[in-house]
Amino acid sequence: MTDQDTAVPVLRATGLVKTHRAARGGAEVRAVRGVDLGVGRGDFVAVTGPSGAGKSTLLHLLAGLRRPDAGEIHLDGRRVDTLREADWAVLRRRRIGIVFQTGNLVSDLTVADNIELPALLAGHSARAARERREELLTDLGLADRADAAPAALSGGERQRAALARALVNDPDLLFADEPTGSLDSRSAREVLALLTRHHAKGRTIVLVTHDARVAGSADRVVSLFDGLITDDARVDDTPPARGIRDVLDLGG
Amino acid sequence: MRLPLLALLAKEPAHGYELKQALEQTFGAAYPRANIGQVYVTLGRLEKAGLIEGRDVAQDGKPDKRVYAITDTGRQEVAKWLSEPSEGPRVRDEFFLKLVLAPETQLADRLTLINNQRRHYLNVMRGLNRMAAEERGNQVSQLLIEGAVLHLQADLDWLERCQEELT
Repeated sequence: MTDQDTAVPVLRATGLVKTHRAARGGAEVRAVRGVDLGVGRGDFVAVTGPSGAGKSTLLHLLAGLRRPDAGEIHLDGRRVDTLREADWAVLRRRRIGIVFQTGNLVSDLTVADNIELPALLAGHSARAARERREELLTDLGLADRADAAPAALSGGERQRAALARALVNDPDLLFADEPTGSLDSRSAREVLALLTRHHAKGRTIVLVTHDARVAGSADRVVSLFDGLITDDARVDDTPPARGIRDVLDLGG
Repeated sequence: MRLPLLALLAKEPAHGYELKQALEQTFGAAYPRANIGQVYVTLGRLEKAGLIEGRDVAQDGKPDKRVYAITDTGRQEVAKWLSEPSEGPRVRDEFFLKLVLAPETQLADRLTLINNQRRHYLNVMRGLNRMAAEERGNQVSQLLIEGAVLHLQADLDWLERCQEELT
């Protein structure tokens, strides 16, 4: 990372607060209680923490899916938390890709159309959208599933299709909420390999995860507890002195 | 190492170096590398206990090599080993001792201990991810890594519980 990149993080949140109000006079829950977070270009950040810690809420705030009660969000130095919904919609089409745990594909469109749709919505020509779609289908190993309905896909395929859809407009920033949460071990590895590959190509990734493999692939792990960041750790490639042996001590 | 070596010899006679290689090829890079000295020492003990028999075989231009074959007693020992359920790994209690005792010492606080421990686990996890990518194609190795990953996941989940309760 160069000094310039450090100077203007691609994403910067300061003092974020979000309180959920339960319906009909229920108790208030302060899901995010004052979070400062800067994400540099090309960072791969995993947010971890127990359920109820505010991870998903934080991700939804950062991706503009919900508005904070207090605090600011800046994208490339420009304040965005004050934008109207229509402007956020444009940002999410052009600059931000989002993947949810369950994939959220449109059920009555084919896999190919699901992937192509955001490109058309973003104003790309039909031809450009189709080219990009084909590229991603091949890249994500879905070429032979292009005409399938989402319901006919396995969990891993569905998640890869959702990833393709999130990537079709080549977003600077990819957000993912528990992208391996509903997957078996093998499918989780496939999705993880894809995320790692796209990170290596320079894409900025911020995801929420409870999966240790995903957190271990990120180069920064932010721990969220009770709505606050309690640790922000860089995970580097220095192999632990005897860590792997500890886990793999088979005895015998 | 004693019983895995004996189990390998239940298949066919072999010398020490062949056994070391068989262990490494079967289990892959995820398995702690066998120390050749330890293999020879273990084979010596197995022979003394009557579980295997060694025989010196002459080699051209090299010192004799000792080839070991399993005995009937050895075969029974392997059968017994295979028939018994194995103990699961115990909770890593050293970290827990530190965590519980830290505040009393006034030398470290719990959140710092938990954060350091999590960072350590994440580094190990990163190593396992890398190893899983390198060992693609070795099924035994992949399963071994997956087992380690699941243990590590449990360690991380437990750490979260500790943080929820103790900080």
